[in-house]
Amino acid sequence: MKPMQKLLQLPASAVNLVRFPPGAAGEDAKSPVLPAEGGQQSWYSALQADELRLLKAPEQQPAPDNSAGANRTQPLRHDDLKEMLDSNKDSLKLEAMKRIVAMIARGKNASDLFPAVVKNVACKNIEVKKLVYVYLVRYAEEQQDLALLSISTFQRGLKDPNQLIRASALRVLSSIRVPIIVPIMMLAIKEAASDMSPYVRKTAAHAIPKLYSLDSDQKDQLIEVIEKLLADKTTLVAGSVVMAFEEVCPERIDLIHKNYRKLCNLLIDVEEWGQVVIINMLTRYARTQFLSPNQNESLLEENAEKAFYGSDEEDAKDDKTETASLVKRKPYVMDPDHRLLLRNTKPLLQSRNAAVVMAVAQLYFHLAPKAEVGVIAKALVRLLRSHSEVQYVVLQNVATMSIKRRGMFEPYLKSFYIRSTDPTQIKILKLEVLTNLANETNISTILREFQTYIRSMDKDFVAATIQAIGRCATNIGKVRDTCLNGLVQLLSNRDELVVAESVVVIKKLLQMQPSQHSEIIKHMAKLTDNIQVPMARASILWLIGEYCEHVPKIAPDVLRKMAKSFTNEEDIVKLQVINLAAKLYLTNSKQSKLLTQYVLNLAKYDQNYDIRDRARFIRQLIVPTEKSGALNKYAKKLFLAQKPAPILESSFKDRDHFQLGSLSHLLNAKAVGYQELPDWPDEAPDPSVRNVEVPEWTKCTSREKRKEKVEKPFYSDSEGESGPTESADSEPESVSESESESGSGTESGSGSGSEEEEEESGDQSEEEEKEKKKKKKKKEKELPRKASLESMGSSPSEEEEEGKKAKKKKPQHDRKGGSESSSEEGSVSESSSSESDSGSDAEDSQLETETKRRKMPPSSKPAPKAAKKGTKEISLLDLDDFTPPPPLPTSSSSLVSSSLVTDLEGLTLIDTSLASTVISPVFSSVKTYELLHRMTGEGLSVEYYFSRQPFAPDPHMVAVQIQFSNNTDSEVKNVRISEPKLLSGMRVQEFKEIESLAPGETTSVVMGIDFCDSTQAANFQLCTHTRQFYGAIQPPVGELMAPVFMSENEFKKEQEQLLRMGVGKLTGMSEITEKLTLPETCQSDHTIVQRVTSAANVSRVPCGADNEYRFAAKTVTSGSLVLITLEKKEGALAQLTVNSEKMVIGTMLVKDIIQALTQ
Amino acid sequence: MIHSLFLINCSGDIFLEKHWKSVVSQSVCDYFFEAQEKAVDVENVPPVISTPHHYLISIYRDKIFFVSVIQTEVPPLFVIEFLHRVADTFQDYFGECSETAIKDNVVIVYELLEEMLDNGFPLATESNILKELIKPPTILRSVVNSITGSSNVGETLPTGQLSNIPWRRAGVKYTNNEAYFDVIEEIDAIIDKSGSTVFAEIQGVIDSCIKLSGMPDLSLSFMNPRLLDDVSFHPCIRFKRWESERVLSFIPPDGNFRLISYRVSSQNLVAIPVYVKHMISFKENSSSGRFDVTIGPKQNMGKTVEGVVMTVHMPKAVLNMNLTASQGSYTFDPVTKVLTWDVGKITPQKLPNLKGIVNLQSGAPKPEENPSLNIQFKIQQLAISGLKVNRLDMYGEKYKPFKGVKYLTKAGKFQVRT
Repeated sequence: MKPMQKLLQLPASAVNLVRFPPGAAGEDAKSPVLPAEGGQQSWYSALQADELRLLKAPEQQPAPDNSAGANRTQPLRHDDLKEMLDSNKDSLKLEAMKRIVAMIARGKNASDLFPAVVKNVACKNIEVKKLVYVYLVRYAEEQQDLALLSISTFQRGLKDPNQLIRASALRVLSSIRVPIIVPIMMLAIKEAASDMSPYVRKTAAHAIPKLYSLDSDQKDQLIEVIEKLLADKTTLVAGSVVMAFEEVCPERIDLIHKNYRKLCNLLIDVEEWGQVVIINMLTRYARTQFLSPNQNESLLEENAEKAFYGSDEEDAKDDKTETASLVKRKPYVMDPDHRLLLRNTKPLLQSRNAAVVMAVAQLYFHLAPKAEVGVIAKALVRLLRSHSEVQYVVLQNVATMSIKRRGMFEPYLKSFYIRSTDPTQIKILKLEVLTNLANETNISTILREFQTYIRSMDKDFVAATIQAIGRCATNIGKVRDTCLNGLVQLLSNRDELVVAESVVVIKKLLQMQPSQHSEIIKHMAKLTDNIQVPMARASILWLIGEYCEHVPKIAPDVLRKMAKSFTNEEDIVKLQVINLAAKLYLTNSKQSKLLTQYVLNLAKYDQNYDIRDRARFIRQLIVPTEKSGALNKYAKKLFLAQKPAPILESSFKDRDHFQLGSLSHLLNAKAVGYQELPDWPDEAPDPSVRNVEVPEWTKCTSREKRKEKVEKPFYSDSEGESGPTESADSEPESVSESESESGSGTESGSGSGSEEEEEESGDQSEEEEKEKKKKKKKKEKELPRKASLESMGSSPSEEEEEGKKAKKKKPQHDRKGGSESSSEEGSVSESSSSESDSGSDAEDSQLETETKRRKMPPSSKPAPKAAKKGTKEISLLDLDDFTPPPPLPTSSSSLVSSSLVTDLEGLTLIDTSLASTVISPVFSSVKTYELLHRMTGEGLSVEYYFSRQPFAPDPHMVAVQIQFSNNTDSEVKNVRISEPKLLSGMRVQEFKEIESLAPGETTSVVMGIDFCDSTQAANFQLCTHTRQFYGAIQPPVGELMAPVFMSENEFKKEQEQLLRMGVGKLTGMSEITEKLTLPETCQSDHTIVQRVTSAANVSRVPCGADNEYRFAAKTVTSGSLVLITLEKKEGALAQLTVNSEKMVIGTMLVKDIIQALTQ
Repeated sequence: MIHSLFLINCSGDIFLEKHWKSVVSQSVCDYFFEAQEKAVDVENVPPVISTPHHYLISIYRDKIFFVSVIQTEVPPLFVIEFLHRVADTFQDYFGECSETAIKDNVVIVYELLEEMLDNGFPLATESNILKELIKPPTILRSVVNSITGSSNVGETLPTGQLSNIPWRRAGVKYTNNEAYFDVIEEIDAIIDKSGSTVFAEIQGVIDSCIKLSGMPDLSLSFMNPRLLDDVSFHPCIRFKRWESERVLSFIPPDGNFRLISYRVSSQNLVAIPVYVKHMISFKENSSSGRFDVTIGPKQNMGKTVEGVVMTVHMPKAVLNMNLTASQGSYTFDPVTKVLTWDVGKITPQKLPNLKGIVNLQSGAPKPEENPSLNIQFKIQQLAISGLKVNRLDMYGEKYKPFKGVKYLTKAGKFQVRT
């Protein structure tokens, strides 16, 4: 309670600071910031206008003094405004606030109005309130003490029943940068983070970085909140919390593990700004967790880079030959999570938001295998049509990418052609890209383009084009001469800048093969008379000096001319003159000795010390004196050494060590707060860290393990119920009740809405469940306490616990939730009626209904009050504070259902395939069947297995996971199912046609088959674009069912019922018993359970006796129960009993299970 | 992320500032002015400027610079895209995004900015949500407001923010239910001197105006969806449906919005509806030149090419032009050196022609390059790519909407090199 105490002291000090008259202060001492005592509802409205005038009185006098000119010009107006703000009319207040906001907008100081404005914070008029908020957030930092007066209003707002008001209160509270309220903010954020409403939780996520920037000592606590919010399952929260994560603790990558898959799957439904943040974060995450998909090629890449102009086809060939030699290395297999990320981000390339497209593009560039990066080119080229700022940024990134992955953009070469209307900065970037893309095949087109550019009126652009030509010429030997000739022609251009640029570039080119080009050097020597651009002059001089042997006659003459004008030259030219003189002295001292000395003497008295130094140094080096030592002998070697030709490189080379799309990449310098993109790890970190506690039903083996741990404590419970399966102890109706209440079920319709609803209702059912538990523990204890406990249910610590439980429980909803409708009211009443079945007494059930009714959203306040009276509760907390969450807008759900189902279908497909491939512990033991062998399928091999997931689109179907792998060299297209030949009643839900399957690629799809509870095979044709294959899927009997959760009592009841039914007809019809001997390998509980669950898709029923195992399931199509009992007798003997009205299934199942157990 | 925003007009006045975190002094804009001065041309101001303590990311829209102040690493496109969204919102609210409009509605602007960002991170950028929060000003409303004293801030709380279809507001009602789609295609092309096409592609958009009550669920299908090479979608479109069936299925936002934009790539052959015959020459050592341009129709699918306008940025040395237009009218601005010829409709019988004398500054060297001609035109009722809407179906509501599709082809960045 420490912070609370601190808070209680706050207002007093604040009040003192504004010098309240004693009376008023006394009154206010009672009004703490937290109106916990219930009274003092509206502190501000209680204050009279007179008192407030007193409040601001001391402020008025110093105002003209401390605020500058802006104020003095209009002191009257401010008085005016104050009066308006004090008035009772909202319209006047509004007018005043509007004027004040206009002042703020213009950047004028309005801080002296603070006291007058802040008291309107509790104004009823929404617009006035909003404008006051604007003012408050702007000036609170400057007037911290006065700002504190507004805090209580927000604290009240935080408790408002309406989620939007709660959210906005939190938003403003957290935006006030007053360090003293940090504890209040912390408390508010923590509370909001476990709010029912996802919108409030989103606001909490937004508040985290605000608090962090105010007080970074809160980091640890904030990380806890972030961790909690990261586990949130709503799309609304995801983007905001990742943003908070990035600002507060980007280094805590470990927090992401558990949420990684969820984030990947949610991504497409997150709002666009959140998508950008999440994708950028995941890029970094993936870099630390997965292996480089190009690791086998990394060696090759270096080779490829050496062969600079090698076209990509050549590279590909190289790859093939060299991969053969690399086979020894461990083959690379992409982590399924890595694949998941790539797959789920790809559709976002189609976003209308350029930032999202760029984010996906950089993700692919940094993470995808080389062969797959190409997909981003098209989207990036599309962005080039956008605003010029967008073009600018995109082109920068394309320039970097095009160096590494030239092939990717080659098809779009023409999209980078330059228009005369493009801004210069865009032109230059396009030029950069064009140059990067140039290779032997397209160089002629590119040069033709360049030719048009050279005649442009934009001289900066022309200069850049000349540079570009130079780069093409150095990189592509074939065109070097053409380029050189072209550039030489430019030397006669009228524009000096163009000529100068050409000279510089020619100099670089000539260095590559000087001997052939003495003509050009001569030509350039003549230019010294005309060209004035220093850089160009310097280049010419250097060139002549370097190759003075090729132009023995001209060189001394040039030196003569330069010596004449030496004093008027720029420094850079002077240095080159000295250079030239030195070189000539060494090669041709006869003609140039005097000239050299003359130049050196001039330089000796130059103003620039650099030049003086150089002259002194060179004199010592070249002119032999007695002092100069051995160095003198080597002067010629030093000056006329072979110099390597310069490599003309793109300025974008190696920029990709910055994460693309980032500010740092754009500036080519590390920006504040930039997170380095880590290098791929050599060894992949443990992928299992991302495994989430998977709902039981998908994970039989692990479930068993866990249960065994949990079992004992629960059995010691008086009623012998086990926690995780608690809901099973009520009648089947109650099972469906909790489902329908949770409104979940991937197909219950409301599209993406289902998530939110699920969330909400999840909370409800949690609390309900919790309540039940308590009820059992404290059955005889006084009832009133209970209600209060329940209403406190939202306190953080408890919530966490509940969260865990919710995870365990949710699967049940999901499993069977399918067919239920999600009308809230109906389900609630249903639940209340069926609640009491588990044998608790009537009083309890009454209470149950009451508490439930209080939760019932639509019935609003009156209901809880009535309930309160009824049971005469003495509540610890003010019940008014606890109000039901407002109903979510569900109107859309029913309307959009039909089409959204298809969307969801896609989503679940992803989920299932993920679960089945990723959660290895289960499926490693799952048996895979072959549908098409590689040989018969001409390279296409198809396998299938029963994923045991509920098939979302139709609960009566069995989900079959089919895996296609293409072992051919060519693409297989249009893989689909056609002409299913089915027995009557059987139905097949075909998978979506696979448009194409690249060589070596593997893909998996899910199809649903309704086998009508028979083991007859489903026959169909499997078509590709070239061929058709015959395929058949025959299910083992164990896959025709889906697990059911029930308690032992229930199990027995059902068993009896089945037997009785059997009596009516023929005894033994519904029960099959078989004796067996368990082999030694199959004695432990664990193995037995595992073998049974692997033979059939059943769930274990908790059971009291040590030597008995019970399992239950329902057939998928007809939903008839299948109950399995395995009784261990003495020694290794055992008895297996299967009860089912479907005799055939029972018989086959017995056979299968025995086989599984005795094998 | 975004720390502050300054709006600056062309003459360098900061006429609006908004801070989402602590206050940043206006003086930070000096770095921007410096860059602006260096760039000479407004469009050459670099969008990202690095200063000692901040980074400035700016966009230029409708003669206003939106300069945002950034303190830490952030994807620049994120900020740029957001700033454009702000400008779009102003456009949407006030009909234009001009300095006067912003100054006249400064309070609404401030309220909008307050809602769009929270602590520098985008909060509500969907126009449907914003309109629920803050009603756009209309003449009628301002009159009513002044009488009744009611405000333009929505009284009801915006439920759209909470829904899963954030782009649509709840409780939409119309007496006439209408859905209009405009298929607008722009031809981007570079035609070289000889008249052959260097580069051409089609950029298309489908702009929609949907006024339908309730929660309609629409699906729009095309006769030839395979034409669409590269498409970007409004968030309302279900991607999966498009992937599998090539049908646009969506719950539309209310009002005007851009449904998709697409590209028909340069690999396809693009029909070029006009041709230009040109003869522009400057004589050596004389202060004049000749100018002769004729525009004619080509591959126009039997439709009339109208709204033809040609703009030419003449070289700096050009002093004046004496031309005669056989059709339409021309203007030459001697300051910016821009020649504009408003041609109008092209009739094949009599091809529009513009010719005459170009006067150069005496003594100035002959311009090296001939200016390129930028052509604009319009063709009604034609989508040049051949894209055709097949049908529009509506689910989820009972009434029968009125549906309409309009096609239009325009010149985009259509440039003829001479």
